[in-house]
Amino acid sequence: MTLTSPAPDAPTTAGGHLLEVDNLSVEFRTEYGVVHAVNQVNWHLDKGETLAILGESGSGKSVSAQAIMGIIDTPPGYITEGQIRYNGRDMLTMSDEEQRKLRGPDIAIVFQDALSALNPVFTVGAQIAEMFKVHRGMSKKDGMVRAAELMDRVRIPNAKGRVKDYPHQFSGGMRQRVMMAMALSLDPSVLIADEPTTALDVTVQAQIMDLLMELQQETGMGVVLITHDLGVVGEVADRIAVMYAGRIVETGTVYDVFGDPAHPYTVGLMNSVPRVDQRGQRLSPITGSPPNLANIPSGCPFHPRCPRAQAICSQERPPLRPVVVGRHSACHFSEEVLGV
Amino acid sequence: MSELVHDGISPATSTDEPLLRVEGLAKHFPITLGVVRQKLVGHVKAVDGVSFTLDRGETVGLVGESGCGKSTVTKVLLALNKPTAGQVYFEGRDVFAMGKRELRELRRKIQIIFQDPYTSLNPRMTVGDIVGEPWEIHPEVLPRSGRQQAVRELLDRVGLNPDFVNRYPHQFSGGQRQRIGIARALALRPEVIVCDEPVSALDVSVQAQVINLLEDLQKEFGLAYLFIAHDLSVVRHISDRVNVMYLGRIIETGTNAQVYEQPSHPYTQALLSAVPQHDPAVRGQKKRIVLQGDLPSPADPPSGCHFRTRCWKAQDICAVEYPPLVDRGQGHPSACHFAEIENVVAVGADDGTSTYAKADPTPGSGSQRIGTES
Repeated sequence: MTLTSPAPDAPTTAGGHLLEVDNLSVEFRTEYGVVHAVNQVNWHLDKGETLAILGESGSGKSVSAQAIMGIIDTPPGYITEGQIRYNGRDMLTMSDEEQRKLRGPDIAIVFQDALSALNPVFTVGAQIAEMFKVHRGMSKKDGMVRAAELMDRVRIPNAKGRVKDYPHQFSGGMRQRVMMAMALSLDPSVLIADEPTTALDVTVQAQIMDLLMELQQETGMGVVLITHDLGVVGEVADRIAVMYAGRIVETGTVYDVFGDPAHPYTVGLMNSVPRVDQRGQRLSPITGSPPNLANIPSGCPFHPRCPRAQAICSQERPPLRPVVVGRHSACHFSEEVLGV
Repeated sequence: MSELVHDGISPATSTDEPLLRVEGLAKHFPITLGVVRQKLVGHVKAVDGVSFTLDRGETVGLVGESGCGKSTVTKVLLALNKPTAGQVYFEGRDVFAMGKRELRELRRKIQIIFQDPYTSLNPRMTVGDIVGEPWEIHPEVLPRSGRQQAVRELLDRVGLNPDFVNRYPHQFSGGQRQRIGIARALALRPEVIVCDEPVSALDVSVQAQVINLLEDLQKEFGLAYLFIAHDLSVVRHISDRVNVMYLGRIIETGTNAQVYEQPSHPYTQALLSAVPQHDPAVRGQKKRIVLQGDLPSPADPPSGCHFRTRCWKAQDICAVEYPPLVDRGQGHPSACHFAEIENVVAVGADDGTSTYAKADPTPGSGSQRIGTES
């Protein structure tokens, strides 16, 4: 963004979205070649809504979130093009100091593996209190008081008695709550949840997802939910962006996309998952396996696995284009897939 | 309960001995303190009185959350761990009374597919060597001269290119590696395959390929599967009968339809209600039972019913008496004093067509929250 933005605190600008990822590309230059993890990806998030980014491992779904949080290691990772706009201001052109002021207080993240994301040699209270110390200049003592309040807010039983416990003394579900307490400590307006429940058992997953949705209703924050689990998406998401081989292949509301997918990959994904409310029928999986991002197929990256592939698909990459109102799909034959 | 749906599979009622019969199996691991002089301070009751049967050609699912003892069951089953109590009968013979030669024979007939295709294949062996290695241990199964050809046939059967025999595991994707593991398990023409979380490490689009392959192989070779998984949707898809475990014990057992459509144990109901459902149209319409707290430690399980500390139906009797796994009029065995059928899975279209948005939600089952949540 070359324009100087108005006052830094101005809430919204032209686009009007809270968080906008615009034409973002990220590559990793490794000794085995350049891995194109994210290619010209666009998505946006509004206040109070939940956007699900759905994809398999290696689809690049986490990388755009990592770019937002500034945790891509350079080298090998490079953001080669695009913008990440928060309240209309491009974060990638901000000074490091300005970026740091946003990450944590305004945009927070919860990772999949809470045990490795928490520091094992500090108490959980100290780690939550550090947020207040660094960003609010609070004393450690006051910070610990706030930490106990937050742990109570994420419904950790006996929070006051547990602030001085270490991460290994908590169960997996409780550790994930500690992570959420830390993320929510400074009232962020955007929460990125990167596979927050993948490592958890199903009953604990239900507890954590319920908590996340309750907190969202309390605070009105926007949530970016990165996951491979169609069930979780079906339960909580408002809108969805399906990723394949580093690109978004379909977007729309979760009702539209799940009710009537417009991209053959989404169709294949839905047909390959057994459902708890059905039994018996044979699954119709997608053939082959996801491509290596260092060697993405020509044309449409999905064409080698696609049952509808034609000659054009291996030559020309279909852009992500509007299909019907509010829906985008990157397939030459989206209309036929959708049957409109 | 006159309208039980049986999926065409009736529970084993014949007088014939089942292929595999597990009775009162228990495995307790000692907890010791101290380095030189170890003092016994207690036991982790990983498996505590588990009984089930497996017939030829059927799939029995064993579900439960991490730490419920489902993997320990398989280790004891193959006599890899000595049991604390209980018996396992394979074709009517007591596994734990078997001599060395008989055990070898048993382990030929029962094979395992492991969860992690990355660590269960030796990275220094070629695919051909991995798939052919079982014949080194059981040379009687196949003469040396036919092995090379047989490896190629096995690879072809599991959907891998037979020309890949000289490649190494790292040259394959996760799904392909799992196929190598399946080929290895098939090499000895087993009768039972224990599938320990066979698809949980795989991507969703690849998972389905492996599930279909397992189903095809079962039909072709008449295999019996003991299918262990924490993913309730996968177990529902593949199993004929299902056992639900909690803290080392089976708490509900029945046919697929009985357990999934008429669950009667509160834990089964909570577990099923927690599975996220894909159909956004049933959002808020299904009942969600949110369990309070975490799994108690198996070193110190609650008295009486193990589930009572998290149960909303718990009464005084639950703390005193462990409810036996019997049919209390609900049509299938359930280990709850107050067993009562309640369908918690919002049922979408069951006719094979994916009609997410068009599914007619059942009215009157509004969002409800039970449990001890404040």
